[in-house]
Amino acid sequence: MKIIVLVKQVPDTWGERTLDTATGRLDRSASDAVIDEIDERALEVALQYKDGQDAEVVALSMGPSTVTEVLRKSLAMGADSALHVRDDALLGSDLSRTAAVLAAAITKSGFDLVIAGNEATDGRGGVIPAMIAEHLGVPSMTYLDTVEFAPGSISGVRGDEHGTVSVHASLPAVISVTEASAEARFPNFKGIMKAKKKPLDVWTLADLGLDDSGFAPSTVVTSTTERPARTAGKKIVDEGNAGNELAEFLAAGRLI
Amino acid sequence: MSHALAFIETSASGEVRNTAAMLIAAASKLGTPVAVVVAAPGTGDALIAELGELGAAQVYVAETDQFGSVLVAPQLAALEAASAALQPSAIVLAHSIDGREIAGRLAVRLRTGLLVDVVDVRADGDVVVATHSVFGGAYTVEATVPGAGPAIVTVRQGAIDARAETASPTLTTQSITVDPASAAVIDEVHDAVVATDRPELRGATRVVSGGRGLGSQANFALVEQLADALGAAVGASRAAVDAGYVPQTSQVGQTGITVSPQLYVALGISGAIQHRAGMQTAKTIVAINKDADAPIFDIADFGIVGDVFTVVPQLIEALGKRE
Ligand SMILES: Cc1cc2nc3c(=O)[nH]c(=O)nc-3n(C[C@H](O)[C@H](O)[C@H](O)COP(=O)(O)OP(=O)(O)OC[C@H]3O[C@@H](n4cnc5c(N)ncnc54)[C@H](O)[C@@H]3O)c2cc1C
Ligand SMILES: Nc1ncnc2c1ncn2[C@@H]1O[C@H](COP(=O)(O)O)[C@@H](O)[C@H]1O
Repeated sequence: MKIIVLVKQVPDTWGERTLDTATGRLDRSASDAVIDEIDERALEVALQYKDGQDAEVVALSMGPSTVTEVLRKSLAMGADSALHVRDDALLGSDLSRTAAVLAAAITKSGFDLVIAGNEATDGRGGVIPAMIAEHLGVPSMTYLDTVEFAPGSISGVRGDEHGTVSVHASLPAVISVTEASAEARFPNFKGIMKAKKKPLDVWTLADLGLDDSGFAPSTVVTSTTERPARTAGKKIVDEGNAGNELAEFLAAGRLI
Repeated sequence: MSHALAFIETSASGEVRNTAAMLIAAASKLGTPVAVVVAAPGTGDALIAELGELGAAQVYVAETDQFGSVLVAPQLAALEAASAALQPSAIVLAHSIDGREIAGRLAVRLRTGLLVDVVDVRADGDVVVATHSVFGGAYTVEATVPGAGPAIVTVRQGAIDARAETASPTLTTQSITVDPASAAVIDEVHDAVVATDRPELRGATRVVSGGRGLGSQANFALVEQLADALGAAVGASRAAVDAGYVPQTSQVGQTGITVSPQLYVALGISGAIQHRAGMQTAKTIVAINKDADAPIFDIADFGIVGDVFTVVPQLIEALGKRE
């Protein structure tokens, strides 16, 4: 079984994240770039299967040169190899282009199962996995809280706004997993040492048989404005009457 | 005026989900609103009155016996067929779990642009302009779909308050079947029992959230009591969710729900940046925390350094006296 895990590099949610208000693009220099926590969980789902079964796990990421670090970490956690799609022409890609390029890389590599995070913490789109599945012409099951492997098929529980749905699909397929899926392992020293010898290939658009001409952006950002930061208001220390004072505050502001 | 399709989600038993009103309103801002819905054979007619009430000028029902047994593929086929028939300028869906999966696949299938998690839409001539709220509301971004195909838009649930005027819709019924081999299969549906008449977290005007500071699932009842006293929805931090005090569907923040209420009360929540990302656009923020240095106080309009187990009961009592 060949599993491709999609890992995305995102600005660390622990820091302030900034958009360039001129271009509407992410200001990558303004924050630390890390592997999105949700994609570590996606990788963990693949690695847990690999712990018990014969499987090949490939970490795939599209992004600028800094993505190497994310892929090294994936290798250190236990992925067998890594693929980095990198091309200057991909700067500022929208959802449509990202999905098309990742799908081309997945097709070139070959796969039985693709595992992604349910949604990236930067864009919060949560659509790339489904878009990739459509390109690949295979079933998708997104937002899985649990994942169960069976020969030739995959099943899981998908939590939605109204409850849960048990679903299954035959392989090949694309799935995405939620925060509830698996707590990611930490890379240990042995893993880090081994990672140095594992293959990390870089593919350009040309390597994927794609060129830039067919990629008119399908969405365009027309304006970006920053909201003024919030400031602290009144702060009191409870000396036995804070509950009553809060009731006063709410009444004064017509909040009750 | 061109058509704008609103995709209507339904429950397993065919009831219209509550995002319908918002979506038909959004579609009506972009064109003549057409409600597209998938239903079991013979059940579509029953939806016309309700969707007309919400403002649909036309109801497009795709009937299939695969309703409820094949995941998202029938919905995708319905929108593809409606789009081919009506050549809409826009297709709006909820930014829900199903909505995203359908929208993503549809954008690829129709080779058109996709705008996700938008909080508002408007038409600028023929062009669909969508407003996004990015990084927890720190930025407002406008974007358009320049191509010829319909703009596919997913709308954040609860983000649009506007409602369309009631209409008397025409009905189109189409029967569809999809190849089940290329889709995921639904084995079982467990709709959660909605036990309370508490407001829904998404779109709520008042929210009371609890964090790890509540200490246990039993103690979390205090959050619910205050919510009920204020007529508020109940939210939680990820730590409270991870500790099992409340289900994941209550999580507010970066990887949970984004709320933008008139009043947000944070109880025993430190205010980590990922939590703030989901609530910092609230009009008024109140925080109660034992730790005077908790970051939640940096954004609170009224902060109380104190113990939730003494302050909140007193508050509930004071609220009771005011009634
Ligand atoms: C990628 C990523 C995504 C995340 N997404 C989210 C998200 O969506 N939502 C979210 O909330 N978090 C999210 N987090 C987690 C976040 O970083 C914090 O860990 C979490 O918000 C902490 O929850 P808390 O405030 O309840 O717990 P703590 O940080 O442990 O804070 C508990 C607070 O309770 C106070 N307290 C204790 N007892 C009392 C008492 N009796 N009375 C009053 N105060 C008391 C303490 O002083 C403390 O400040 C995410 C993290 C990452 C890395
Ligand atoms: N540039 C990328 N490289 C690799 N994986 C990605 C990329 N963008 C998105 N993904 C995957 O798709 C998931 C959902 O992303 P999104 O749809 O952007 O919210 C992420 O958690 C990743 O698994």
